Amino acid sequence: MTRRLLIWYGELTTRQNLLKRGLYFLSSGMLWLMVFLVLPGLVLVVVSFATRGAYGQLEWDFTIENYKRLMGFSLFGWTSDYLVILWRSVVVAFFTTLVSIVLSYPLCFFIAGREERSRYMWLTLVIIPFWTNMVIRTYAWFLILAPELPFAKLAAAMGFIPHGAPLYPNAFAVYIGMVSMFLPFVTLPLYASVEKLDWSLVEAAQDLYASRVRVFTQAILPQTMPGLSVGIILTFVPAMGMFVVPDLLGGAKYMLVGNLIQQQFGASRDWPFGAAISMGLMILTMVSLQIYRRKSKEIEHI
Amino acid sequence: MKRTHPIIASLALLTMGFLYLPLLGVAVFSVNSARRGLVWKGFTLDWYIKLFSNEWILEAAWNTFLLAVTSTLVATVLGTVLAIGMDRFPWTRRINNILDIILHIPVVIPDIILAAALVVAFGLLRVLSAMFEPGLLNMIIGHITFQIAFVALVVRSRLVAIGSEIEEAARDLFAGNWYLMRRIMLPLLMPGIVAGGMLAFTLSLDDFVISFFTAGPESQTLPLYIFAAVRRGVTPQIHALSTLIMIITVVLVIGTERFTRKG
Repeated sequence: MTRRLLIWYGELTTRQNLLKRGLYFLSSGMLWLMVFLVLPGLVLVVVSFATRGAYGQLEWDFTIENYKRLMGFSLFGWTSDYLVILWRSVVVAFFTTLVSIVLSYPLCFFIAGREERSRYMWLTLVIIPFWTNMVIRTYAWFLILAPELPFAKLAAAMGFIPHGAPLYPNAFAVYIGMVSMFLPFVTLPLYASVEKLDWSLVEAAQDLYASRVRVFTQAILPQTMPGLSVGIILTFVPAMGMFVVPDLLGGAKYMLVGNLIQQQFGASRDWPFGAAISMGLMILTMVSLQIYRRKSKEIEHI
Repeated sequence: MKRTHPIIASLALLTMGFLYLPLLGVAVFSVNSARRGLVWKGFTLDWYIKLFSNEWILEAAWNTFLLAVTSTLVATVLGTVLAIGMDRFPWTRRINNILDIILHIPVVIPDIILAAALVVAFGLLRVLSAMFEPGLLNMIIGHITFQIAFVALVVRSRLVAIGSEIEEAARDLFAGNWYLMRRIMLPLLMPGIVAGGMLAFTLSLDDFVISFFTAGPESQTLPLYIFAAVRRGVTPQIHALSTLIMIITVVLVIGTERFTRKG
Protein backbone atom coordinates (compact mmCIF):
# COMPACT_ATOMS: atom_id res chain seq x y z
CA MET A 1 0.00 0.00 0.00
CA THR A 2 1.27 3.45 -0.82
CA ARG A 3 1.52 6.29 1.63
CA ARG A 4 -0.33 8.62 -0.73
CA LEU A 5 -2.42 11.33 0.85
CA LEU A 6 -6.10 11.27 0.11
CA ILE A 7 -9.13 13.31 0.98
CA TRP A 8 -11.88 11.28 2.62
CA TYR A 9 -15.03 12.97 3.84
CA GLY A 10 -13.12 16.24 3.91
CA GLU A 11 -10.21 14.86 5.93
CA LEU A 12 -6.67 14.96 4.57
CA THR A 13 -5.18 11.64 5.60
CA THR A 14 -3.58 8.43 4.40
CA ARG A 15 -5.23 5.17 3.55
CA GLN A 16 -3.38 3.32 6.31
CA ASN A 17 -4.53 5.83 8.88
CA LEU A 18 -8.14 5.48 7.83
CA LEU A 19 -8.11 1.70 7.69
CA LYS A 20 -6.51 1.52 11.13
CA ARG A 21 -9.25 3.73 12.56
CA GLY A 22 -11.88 1.80 10.63
CA LEU A 23 -10.67 -1.41 12.18
CA TYR A 24 -11.34 -0.01 15.65
CA PHE A 25 -14.90 0.74 14.61
CA LEU A 26 -15.46 -2.69 13.10
CA SER A 27 -13.73 -4.72 15.80
CA SER A 28 -16.34 -4.82 18.59
CA GLY A 29 -19.40 -5.61 16.45
CA MET A 30 -17.59 -7.99 14.12
CA LEU A 31 -15.94 -9.78 17.04
CA TRP A 32 -19.40 -10.32 18.54
CA LEU A 33 -20.83 -11.64 15.28
CA MET A 34 -17.80 -13.88 14.80
CA VAL A 35 -18.04 -15.43 18.29
CA PHE A 36 -21.83 -15.76 18.52
CA LEU A 37 -22.90 -16.14 14.89
CA VAL A 38 -20.20 -17.36 12.51
CA LEU A 39 -18.42 -19.72 14.91
CA PRO A 40 -21.65 -21.31 16.23
CA GLY A 41 -22.70 -21.78 12.62
CA LEU A 42 -19.46 -23.61 11.85
CA VAL A 43 -19.77 -25.63 15.07
CA LEU A 44 -23.28 -26.64 13.96
CA VAL A 45 -21.83 -27.95 10.70
CA VAL A 46 -19.17 -29.96 12.58
CA VAL A 47 -21.66 -31.32 15.12
CA SER A 48 -23.93 -32.52 12.31
CA PHE A 49 -21.20 -35.11 11.59
CA ALA A 50 -20.75 -36.11 15.26
CA THR A 51 -22.47 -38.94 17.12
CA ARG A 52 -24.96 -38.90 19.95
CA GLY A 53 -23.73 -40.69 23.07
CA ALA A 54 -25.97 -42.96 25.13
CA TYR A 55 -26.97 -40.12 27.47
CA GLY A 56 -27.41 -37.48 24.81
CA GLN A 57 -23.84 -36.20 25.08
CA LEU A 58 -21.72 -35.43 22.03
CA GLU A 59 -19.15 -37.95 20.85
CA TRP A 60 -16.62 -36.96 18.27
CA ASP A 61 -16.72 -40.01 15.99
CA PHE A 62 -17.32 -38.40 12.66
CA THR A 63 -19.89 -40.10 10.43
CA ILE A 64 -22.47 -39.19 7.83
CA GLU A 65 -24.96 -41.32 9.76
CA ASN A 66 -27.13 -38.30 10.68
CA TYR A 67 -27.58 -37.30 7.06
CA LYS A 68 -28.33 -40.90 6.04
CA ARG A 69 -30.97 -40.98 8.76
CA LEU A 70 -32.48 -37.74 7.46
CA MET A 71 -32.65 -39.33 4.01
CA GLY A 72 -34.65 -42.16 5.59
CA PHE A 73 -32.07 -44.93 6.00
CA SER A 74 -32.31 -46.66 9.36
CA LEU A 75 -31.54 -50.02 10.94
CA PHE A 76 -34.90 -51.27 9.80
CA GLY A 77 -34.57 -50.27 6.16
CA TRP A 78 -35.76 -47.18 4.35
CA THR A 79 -38.65 -44.98 5.49
CA SER A 80 -39.89 -41.78 3.96
CA ASP A 81 -40.89 -40.15 7.29
CA TYR A 82 -38.26 -37.42 7.46
CA LEU A 83 -38.30 -36.72 3.74
CA VAL A 84 -42.07 -36.30 3.89
CA ILE A 85 -41.68 -33.71 6.66
CA LEU A 86 -38.98 -31.85 4.70
CA TRP A 87 -41.08 -31.86 1.53
CA ARG A 88 -44.19 -30.81 3.46
CA SER A 89 -42.28 -27.83 4.90
CA VAL A 90 -41.37 -26.66 1.40
CA VAL A 91 -44.97 -27.09 0.21
CA VAL A 92 -46.45 -25.30 3.22
CA ALA A 93 -43.95 -22.44 2.92
CA PHE A 94 -44.65 -22.18 -0.83
CA PHE A 95 -48.43 -22.06 -0.51
CA THR A 96 -48.26 -19.76 2.51
CA THR A 97 -46.24 -17.33 0.41
CA LEU A 98 -48.51 -17.73 -2.61
CA VAL A 99 -51.77 -17.16 -0.69
CA SER A 100 -50.20 -14.21 1.13
CA ILE A 101 -49.31 -12.66 -2.23
CA VAL A 102 -52.79 -13.25 -3.65
CA LEU A 103 -54.39 -11.60 -0.62
CA SER A 104 -51.82 -8.79 -0.45
CA TYR A 105 -52.40 -7.32 -3.92
CA PRO A 106 -56.05 -6.33 -3.35
CA LEU A 107 -55.15 -5.07 0.11
CA CYS A 108 -52.30 -2.92 -1.26
CA PHE A 109 -54.46 -1.53 -4.09
CA PHE A 110 -57.16 -0.76 -1.58
CA ILE A 111 -54.79 1.09 0.78
CA ALA A 112 -53.10 2.96 -2.08
CA GLY A 113 -56.55 4.13 -3.21
CA ARG A 114 -57.38 5.79 0.14
CA GLU A 115 -56.84 9.45 0.91
CA GLU A 116 -53.40 10.32 2.23
CA ARG A 117 -54.55 10.60 5.85
CA SER A 118 -56.45 7.34 6.09
CA ARG A 119 -53.67 5.54 4.21
CA TYR A 120 -51.47 5.87 7.30
CA MET A 121 -54.24 4.47 9.45
CA TRP A 122 -54.69 1.42 7.22
CA LEU A 123 -50.94 0.84 7.04
CA THR A 124 -50.70 1.04 10.82
CA LEU A 125 -53.50 -1.52 11.00
CA VAL A 126 -51.35 -3.90 8.91
CA ILE A 127 -48.22 -3.16 10.95
CA ILE A 128 -49.83 -3.96 14.33
CA PRO A 129 -50.33 -7.70 13.67
CA PHE A 130 -46.86 -7.72 12.09
CA TRP A 131 -45.44 -6.80 15.50
CA THR A 132 -47.84 -8.77 17.69
CA ASN A 133 -46.23 -11.76 19.34
CA MET A 134 -46.49 -14.87 17.21
CA VAL A 135 -47.49 -17.15 20.08
CA ILE A 136 -50.50 -14.92 20.77
CA ARG A 137 -51.45 -14.69 17.10
CA THR A 138 -51.26 -18.47 16.76
CA TYR A 139 -53.19 -19.53 19.84
CA ALA A 140 -55.82 -16.84 19.08
CA TRP A 141 -57.05 -19.19 16.34
CA PHE A 142 -58.03 -21.69 19.05
CA LEU A 143 -60.97 -19.38 19.73
CA ILE A 144 -62.06 -18.91 16.12
CA LEU A 145 -61.70 -22.60 15.29
CA ALA A 146 -63.46 -23.73 18.49
CA PRO A 147 -66.30 -26.29 18.15
CA GLU A 148 -68.94 -23.76 19.30
CA LEU A 149 -68.35 -21.44 16.34
CA PRO A 150 -69.91 -21.75 12.85
CA PHE A 151 -66.59 -22.57 11.13
CA ALA A 152 -66.13 -25.83 13.01
CA LYS A 153 -69.86 -26.57 12.80
CA LEU A 154 -69.81 -26.13 9.03
CA ALA A 155 -66.78 -28.42 8.70
CA ALA A 156 -68.53 -30.99 10.90
CA ALA A 157 -71.73 -30.76 8.84
CA MET A 158 -69.69 -31.46 5.71
CA GLY A 159 -68.12 -34.45 7.40
CA PHE A 160 -64.53 -33.22 7.62
CA ILE A 161 -64.37 -33.44 11.42
CA PRO A 162 -66.50 -35.22 14.02
CA HIS A 163 -69.36 -33.23 15.59
CA GLY A 164 -68.31 -31.20 18.63
CA ALA A 165 -64.62 -31.28 17.68
CA PRO A 166 -62.54 -28.15 17.16
CA LEU A 167 -61.21 -27.31 13.68
CA TYR A 168 -57.64 -27.98 14.86
CA PRO A 169 -55.11 -29.59 14.98
CA ASN A 170 -54.91 -30.36 11.28
CA ALA A 171 -53.35 -29.24 8.00
CA PHE A 172 -56.09 -26.69 7.36
CA ALA A 173 -55.46 -24.97 10.70
CA VAL A 174 -51.72 -24.86 9.95
CA TYR A 175 -52.37 -23.08 6.65
CA ILE A 176 -54.79 -20.62 8.27
CA GLY A 177 -52.28 -19.88 11.02
CA MET A 178 -49.33 -19.57 8.64
CA VAL A 179 -51.08 -17.24 6.19
CA SER A 180 -52.38 -14.94 8.94
CA MET A 181 -48.89 -14.95 10.46
CA PHE A 182 -47.02 -14.00 7.30
CA LEU A 183 -49.55 -11.96 5.33
CA PRO A 184 -48.26 -8.59 6.66
CA PHE A 185 -44.70 -9.64 5.75
CA VAL A 186 -45.78 -9.58 2.09
CA THR A 187 -48.23 -6.68 2.28
CA LEU A 188 -45.85 -4.12 3.80
CA PRO A 189 -42.95 -4.35 1.29
CA LEU A 190 -45.40 -4.88 -1.60
CA TYR A 191 -47.22 -1.71 -0.63
CA ALA A 192 -44.02 0.33 -1.04
CA SER A 193 -43.96 -0.79 -4.70
CA VAL A 194 -47.69 -0.45 -5.32
CA GLU A 195 -47.67 3.11 -4.03
CA LYS A 196 -45.08 4.06 -6.66
CA LEU A 197 -46.88 2.20 -9.46
CA ASP A 198 -47.05 4.10 -12.75
CA TRP A 199 -50.76 3.79 -13.58
CA SER A 200 -50.31 5.22 -17.05
CA LEU A 201 -48.62 1.95 -18.08
CA VAL A 202 -51.60 -0.01 -16.73
CA GLU A 203 -54.01 2.25 -18.61
CA ALA A 204 -51.94 1.93 -21.77
CA ALA A 205 -52.20 -1.84 -21.52
CA GLN A 206 -55.96 -1.58 -21.03
CA ASP A 207 -56.28 0.80 -23.98
CA LEU A 208 -54.52 -1.79 -26.12
CA TYR A 209 -57.18 -4.37 -25.18
CA ALA A 210 -54.92 -6.48 -22.97
CA SER A 211 -56.88 -9.05 -20.97
CA ARG A 212 -57.05 -8.61 -17.19
CA VAL A 213 -54.47 -11.37 -16.75
CA ARG A 214 -52.07 -9.74 -19.18
CA VAL A 215 -52.52 -6.33 -17.59
CA PHE A 216 -51.45 -7.92 -14.33
CA THR A 217 -48.56 -10.04 -15.60
CA GLN A 218 -47.14 -7.44 -18.01
CA ALA A 219 -47.95 -4.05 -16.54
CA ILE A 220 -48.39 -4.51 -12.79
CA LEU A 221 -46.22 -7.51 -11.87
CA PRO A 222 -42.92 -6.26 -13.38
CA GLN A 223 -43.38 -2.86 -11.74
CA THR A 224 -44.08 -4.30 -8.29
CA MET A 225 -41.36 -6.97 -8.48
CA PRO A 226 -38.88 -5.20 -6.12
CA GLY A 227 -41.35 -5.02 -3.22
CA LEU A 228 -42.78 -8.44 -4.01
CA SER A 229 -39.31 -10.03 -3.91
CA VAL A 230 -38.61 -8.60 -0.46
CA GLY A 231 -41.99 -9.87 0.70
CA ILE A 232 -41.41 -13.34 -0.72
CA ILE A 233 -38.03 -13.67 1.00
CA LEU A 234 -39.38 -12.26 4.29
CA THR A 235 -42.17 -14.85 4.19
CA PHE A 236 -40.68 -17.94 2.64
CA VAL A 237 -37.51 -18.11 4.77
CA PRO A 238 -39.13 -17.88 8.22
CA ALA A 239 -42.08 -20.00 7.02
CA MET A 240 -39.65 -22.83 6.24
CA GLY A 241 -38.36 -22.85 9.80
CA MET A 242 -41.63 -22.07 11.59
CA PHE A 243 -42.46 -24.32 14.52
CA VAL A 244 -44.90 -22.42 16.74
CA VAL A 245 -47.80 -22.62 14.27
CA PRO A 246 -47.46 -26.33 13.40
CA ASP A 247 -46.84 -27.13 17.08
CA LEU A 248 -50.04 -25.47 18.28
CA LEU A 249 -52.31 -25.88 15.24
CA GLY A 250 -50.88 -28.95 13.49
CA GLY A 251 -50.24 -31.37 16.32
CA ALA A 252 -48.18 -34.52 15.92
CA LYS A 253 -49.82 -35.46 12.62
CA TYR A 254 -48.79 -32.39 10.67
CA MET A 255 -45.20 -31.78 11.76
CA LEU A 256 -42.89 -29.46 9.88
CA VAL A 257 -39.10 -29.44 9.84
CA GLY A 258 -39.06 -26.78 12.59
CA ASN A 259 -40.81 -29.18 14.98
CA LEU A 260 -38.38 -31.92 14.03
CA ILE A 261 -35.40 -29.70 14.88
CA GLN A 262 -37.00 -28.56 18.13
CA GLN A 263 -37.58 -32.18 19.15
CA GLN A 264 -33.90 -33.04 18.72
CA PHE A 265 -32.79 -30.12 20.88
CA GLY A 266 -35.60 -30.69 23.37
CA ALA A 267 -37.07 -34.06 24.33
CA SER A 268 -34.86 -36.38 22.24
CA ARG A 269 -31.63 -34.54 23.07
CA ASP A 270 -29.99 -35.63 19.85
CA TRP A 271 -27.90 -32.59 18.87
CA PRO A 272 -26.01 -34.19 15.98
CA PHE A 273 -29.24 -35.22 14.26
CA GLY A 274 -30.77 -31.81 15.05
CA ALA A 275 -27.73 -30.15 13.50
CA ALA A 276 -28.04 -32.32 10.40
CA ILE A 277 -31.72 -31.41 10.00
CA SER A 278 -30.80 -27.73 10.40
CA MET A 279 -28.29 -28.14 7.59
CA GLY A 280 -31.00 -29.77 5.49
CA LEU A 281 -33.33 -26.84 6.18
CA MET A 282 -30.56 -24.39 5.32
CA ILE A 283 -29.84 -26.10 2.00
CA LEU A 284 -33.53 -26.34 1.08
CA THR A 285 -34.04 -22.63 1.85
CA MET A 286 -31.00 -21.58 -0.18
CA VAL A 287 -31.93 -23.78 -3.17
CA SER A 288 -35.51 -22.46 -3.16
CA LEU A 289 -34.32 -18.85 -3.05
CA GLN A 290 -31.89 -19.54 -5.90
CA ILE A 291 -34.69 -20.99 -8.04
CA TYR A 292 -36.80 -17.97 -7.21
CA ARG A 293 -33.99 -15.56 -8.16
CA ARG A 294 -33.75 -17.19 -11.62
CA LYS A 295 -37.51 -17.05 -12.16
CA SER A 296 -37.87 -13.45 -10.98
CA LYS A 297 -35.18 -12.29 -13.41
CA GLU A 298 -37.25 -13.75 -16.25
CA ILE A 299 -40.31 -11.82 -15.08
CA GLU A 300 -38.44 -8.55 -14.77
CA HIS A 301 -37.21 -8.88 -18.35
CA ILE A 302 -40.64 -9.29 -19.92
CA MET B 1 -55.47 8.23 -7.92
CA LYS B 2 -57.44 5.36 -9.37
CA ARG B 3 -60.75 4.51 -7.78
CA THR B 4 -60.79 1.14 -6.05
CA HIS B 5 -62.99 -1.50 -7.64
CA PRO B 6 -65.67 -2.69 -5.17
CA ILE B 7 -64.52 -6.32 -5.52
CA ILE B 8 -60.97 -5.32 -4.58
CA ALA B 9 -62.23 -3.25 -1.68
CA SER B 10 -64.33 -6.07 -0.27
CA LEU B 11 -61.45 -8.56 -0.68
CA ALA B 12 -59.20 -6.13 1.18
CA LEU B 13 -61.68 -5.71 4.01
CA LEU B 14 -62.14 -9.48 4.28
CA THR B 15 -58.38 -9.87 4.52
CA MET B 16 -58.21 -7.28 7.28
CA GLY B 17 -61.00 -9.14 9.05
CA PHE B 18 -58.99 -12.35 8.69
CA LEU B 19 -56.01 -10.63 10.36
CA TYR B 20 -58.00 -9.12 13.21
CA LEU B 21 -60.74 -11.66 13.94
CA PRO B 22 -58.56 -13.91 16.13
CA LEU B 23 -57.02 -10.95 17.96
CA LEU B 24 -60.45 -9.46 18.64
CA GLY B 25 -61.55 -12.85 19.92
CA VAL B 26 -58.75 -12.83 22.48
CA ALA B 27 -59.61 -9.29 23.58
CA VAL B 28 -63.34 -10.06 23.92
CA PHE B 29 -62.83 -13.21 25.97
CA SER B 30 -60.36 -11.45 28.26
CA VAL B 31 -63.25 -9.43 29.72
CA ASN B 32 -65.75 -12.30 29.79
CA SER B 33 -66.53 -13.61 33.25
CA ALA B 34 -67.10 -17.21 32.06
CA ARG B 35 -64.23 -19.37 33.27
CA ARG B 36 -64.44 -21.76 30.32
CA GLY B 37 -66.26 -22.18 27.03
CA LEU B 38 -67.27 -19.62 24.46
CA VAL B 39 -70.37 -18.24 26.16
CA TRP B 40 -70.72 -14.61 27.16
CA LYS B 41 -71.44 -14.31 30.86
CA GLY B 42 -70.96 -10.61 31.44
CA PHE B 43 -68.20 -8.04 31.58
CA THR B 44 -65.40 -8.31 34.15
CA LEU B 45 -61.88 -7.03 34.69
CA ASP B 46 -61.15 -9.76 37.24
CA TRP B 47 -58.74 -11.61 34.96
CA TYR B 48 -56.63 -8.47 34.60
CA ILE B 49 -56.57 -7.86 38.34
CA LYS B 50 -55.58 -11.46 38.98
CA LEU B 51 -52.62 -11.08 36.60
CA PHE B 52 -50.95 -8.75 39.04
CA SER B 53 -51.08 -11.25 41.87
CA ASN B 54 -49.69 -14.12 39.79
CA GLU B 55 -46.03 -14.36 40.77
CA TRP B 56 -45.10 -16.43 37.71
CA ILE B 57 -46.46 -13.82 35.36
CA LEU B 58 -44.87 -10.92 37.22
CA GLU B 59 -41.51 -12.66 37.14
CA ALA B 60 -41.88 -13.49 33.44
CA ALA B 61 -42.79 -9.86 32.73
CA TRP B 62 -39.72 -8.66 34.61
CA ASN B 63 -37.49 -11.13 32.72
CA THR B 64 -38.96 -10.06 29.38
CA PHE B 65 -38.32 -6.41 30.20
CA LEU B 66 -34.80 -6.99 31.55
CA LEU B 67 -33.92 -9.11 28.51
CA ALA B 68 -35.25 -6.52 26.04
CA VAL B 69 -33.62 -3.50 27.73
CA THR B 70 -30.19 -5.07 28.26
CA SER B 71 -29.92 -6.62 24.82
CA THR B 72 -31.22 -3.48 23.10
CA LEU B 73 -28.70 -1.22 24.86
CA VAL B 74 -25.73 -3.44 23.97
CA ALA B 75 -26.94 -4.14 20.42
CA THR B 76 -27.64 -0.46 19.70
CA VAL B 77 -24.12 0.58 20.71
CA LEU B 78 -22.42 -2.30 18.89
CA GLY B 79 -24.63 -1.98 15.81
CA THR B 80 -24.14 1.79 15.51
CA VAL B 81 -20.35 1.57 15.81
CA LEU B 82 -20.34 -1.30 13.33
CA ALA B 83 -22.44 0.66 10.82
CA ILE B 84 -20.06 3.64 11.00
CA GLY B 85 -17.11 1.29 10.59
CA MET B 86 -18.67 -0.28 7.50
CA ASP B 87 -19.84 2.89 5.81
CA ARG B 88 -17.25 5.56 6.54
CA PHE B 89 -13.96 3.86 5.67
CA PRO B 90 -12.41 2.99 2.31
CA TRP B 91 -12.64 -0.82 2.51
CA THR B 92 -11.94 -2.75 -0.65
CA ARG B 93 -14.91 -4.21 -2.43
CA ARG B 94 -14.10 -7.73 -1.28
CA ILE B 95 -13.96 -6.83 2.40
CA ASN B 96 -17.20 -4.88 2.02
CA ASN B 97 -18.89 -7.92 0.48
CA ILE B 98 -17.75 -10.21 3.28
CA LEU B 99 -18.91 -7.76 5.97
CA ASP B 100 -22.20 -7.41 4.16
CA ILE B 101 -22.78 -11.16 4.01
CA ILE B 102 -22.02 -11.60 7.73
CA LEU B 103 -24.39 -8.75 8.59
CA HIS B 104 -27.19 -10.25 6.54
CA ILE B 105 -26.94 -13.80 7.96
CA PRO B 106 -29.36 -13.22 10.87
CA VAL B 107 -31.80 -11.49 8.52
CA VAL B 108 -31.95 -14.20 5.84
CA ILE B 109 -31.68 -17.53 7.66
CA PRO B 110 -34.63 -19.13 9.48
CA ASP B 111 -34.24 -18.11 13.13
CA ILE B 112 -34.49 -21.71 14.29
CA ILE B 113 -31.08 -22.36 12.70
CA LEU B 114 -29.48 -19.51 14.69
CA ALA B 115 -31.20 -20.92 17.78
CA ALA B 116 -29.83 -24.41 17.11
CA ALA B 117 -26.33 -23.03 16.49
CA LEU B 118 -26.45 -21.10 19.77
CA VAL B 119 -27.64 -24.15 21.74
CA VAL B 120 -24.71 -26.19 20.45
CA ALA B 121 -22.19 -23.35 20.94
CA PHE B 122 -23.35 -22.65 24.51
CA GLY B 123 -23.27 -26.37 25.18
CA LEU B 124 -19.59 -26.48 24.26
CA LEU B 125 -18.76 -23.19 26.05
CA ARG B 126 -20.27 -24.66 29.22
CA VAL B 127 -17.16 -26.82 29.47
CA LEU B 128 -15.18 -23.59 29.93
CA SER B 129 -17.53 -21.73 32.25
CA ALA B 130 -20.77 -22.34 34.14
CA MET B 131 -21.81 -18.89 32.92
CA PHE B 132 -23.22 -20.52 29.80
CA GLU B 133 -25.84 -22.64 31.57
CA PRO B 134 -29.21 -22.09 29.87
CA GLY B 135 -30.68 -18.90 31.29
CA LEU B 136 -31.06 -15.18 31.02
CA LEU B 137 -27.45 -14.47 30.06
CA ASN B 138 -27.62 -16.88 27.13
CA MET B 139 -30.90 -15.34 26.04
CA ILE B 140 -29.40 -11.84 26.18
CA ILE B 141 -26.44 -12.97 24.07
CA GLY B 142 -28.79 -14.61 21.56
CA HIS B 143 -30.97 -11.53 21.25
CA ILE B 144 -27.99 -9.19 20.86
CA THR B 145 -26.70 -11.38 18.03
CA PHE B 146 -29.71 -10.90 15.81
CA GLN B 147 -30.40 -7.33 16.98
CA ILE B 148 -26.92 -6.06 15.99
CA ALA B 149 -27.61 -6.83 12.35
CA PHE B 150 -30.94 -4.97 12.30
CA VAL B 151 -29.55 -1.92 14.14
CA ALA B 152 -26.52 -1.76 11.85
CA LEU B 153 -28.69 -1.96 8.73
CA VAL B 154 -30.98 0.87 9.91
CA VAL B 155 -28.10 3.12 11.04
CA ARG B 156 -26.19 2.46 7.83
CA SER B 157 -29.09 3.60 5.68
CA ARG B 158 -29.19 6.78 7.77
CA LEU B 159 -25.44 7.27 7.22
CA VAL B 160 -25.96 6.98 3.48
CA ALA B 161 -28.85 9.45 3.67
CA ILE B 162 -26.76 12.03 5.56
CA GLY B 163 -24.18 12.04 2.78
CA SER B 164 -20.72 13.57 3.05
CA GLU B 165 -21.21 17.34 2.73
CA ILE B 166 -21.71 18.19 6.39
CA GLU B 167 -18.72 16.15 7.50
CA GLU B 168 -16.60 17.78 4.79
CA ALA B 169 -17.70 21.21 5.95
CA ALA B 170 -16.84 20.31 9.54
CA ARG B 171 -13.39 19.11 8.52
CA ASP B 172 -12.85 22.31 6.52
CA LEU B 173 -13.53 24.19 9.74
CA PHE B 174 -10.86 22.10 11.49
CA ALA B 175 -13.09 19.78 13.51
CA GLY B 176 -11.06 16.99 15.14
CA ASN B 177 -12.10 13.32 15.17
CA TRP B 178 -13.79 13.46 18.57
CA TYR B 179 -15.48 16.76 17.99
CA LEU B 180 -16.80 15.53 14.65
CA MET B 181 -18.11 12.32 16.20
CA ARG B 182 -19.75 13.93 19.22
CA ARG B 183 -21.11 17.18 17.83
CA ILE B 184 -21.78 16.34 14.17
CA MET B 185 -22.19 12.63 13.55
CA LEU B 186 -24.08 11.59 16.69
CA PRO B 187 -26.75 14.32 16.51
CA LEU B 188 -27.26 13.67 12.80
CA LEU B 189 -27.40 9.92 13.33
CA MET B 190 -29.70 10.08 16.36
CA PRO B 191 -32.97 9.45 14.49
CA GLY B 192 -31.39 6.37 12.87
CA ILE B 193 -29.96 5.13 16.16
CA VAL B 194 -33.28 5.56 17.97
CA ALA B 195 -35.19 3.89 15.13
CA GLY B 196 -32.70 1.00 15.14
CA GLY B 197 -32.95 0.72 18.92
CA MET B 198 -36.74 0.68 18.84
CA LEU B 199 -36.65 -2.00 16.15
CA ALA B 200 -34.24 -4.03 18.28
CA PHE B 201 -36.45 -3.59 21.35
CA THR B 202 -39.59 -4.75 19.54
CA LEU B 203 -37.72 -7.67 17.99
CA SER B 204 -36.63 -8.76 21.45
CA LEU B 205 -40.13 -8.46 22.95
CA ASP B 206 -41.51 -10.33 19.96
CA ASP B 207 -38.94 -13.11 19.87
CA PHE B 208 -40.01 -16.59 20.78
CA VAL B 209 -37.72 -19.04 19.03
CA ILE B 210 -34.30 -17.84 20.26
CA SER B 211 -35.63 -17.49 23.82
CA PHE B 212 -37.31 -20.90 23.71
CA PHE B 213 -34.06 -22.63 22.79
CA THR B 214 -31.73 -20.76 25.17
CA ALA B 215 -33.97 -20.29 28.23
CA GLY B 216 -33.39 -22.06 31.52
CA PRO B 217 -35.92 -23.01 34.20
CA GLU B 218 -35.46 -19.68 35.99
CA SER B 219 -35.74 -17.42 32.98
CA GLN B 220 -39.31 -17.62 31.69
CA THR B 221 -40.41 -14.72 29.52
CA LEU B 222 -44.01 -13.79 28.74
CA PRO B 223 -44.08 -15.42 25.28
CA LEU B 224 -42.61 -18.61 26.75
CA TYR B 225 -45.12 -18.51 29.60
CA ILE B 226 -48.05 -18.11 27.20
CA PHE B 227 -46.79 -20.92 24.98
CA ALA B 228 -46.47 -23.31 27.91
CA ALA B 229 -49.85 -22.24 29.29
CA VAL B 230 -51.88 -22.64 26.06
CA ARG B 231 -50.50 -26.14 25.59
CA ARG B 232 -52.08 -27.02 28.94
CA GLY B 233 -55.33 -25.27 28.05
CA VAL B 234 -56.42 -21.73 27.36
CA THR B 235 -57.72 -19.69 30.32
CA PRO B 236 -59.27 -16.20 30.46
CA GLN B 237 -56.20 -15.08 32.36
CA ILE B 238 -54.03 -15.90 29.32
CA HIS B 239 -56.43 -13.86 27.18
CA ALA B 240 -56.03 -10.94 29.58
CA LEU B 241 -52.23 -11.21 29.54
CA SER B 242 -52.21 -11.45 25.73
CA THR B 243 -54.53 -8.46 25.40
CA LEU B 244 -52.23 -6.40 27.63
CA ILE B 245 -49.25 -7.38 25.46
CA MET B 246 -51.21 -6.44 22.33
CA ILE B 247 -52.04 -3.04 23.81
CA ILE B 248 -48.36 -2.45 24.60
CA THR B 249 -47.51 -3.48 21.03
CA VAL B 250 -50.02 -1.01 19.60
CA VAL B 251 -48.59 1.80 21.73
CA LEU B 252 -45.01 0.92 20.69
CA VAL B 253 -45.93 0.69 17.01
CA ILE B 254 -47.78 4.01 16.96
CA GLY B 255 -45.00 5.67 18.99
CA THR B 256 -42.33 4.41 16.58
CA GLU B 257 -44.40 5.49 13.57
CA ARG B 258 -44.81 9.00 14.95
CA PHE B 259 -41.11 9.20 15.70
CA THR B 260 -39.80 7.93 12.37
CA ARG B 261 -42.22 10.06 10.39
CA LYS B 262 -40.90 13.16 12.13
CA GLY B 263 -37.22 12.08 11.86
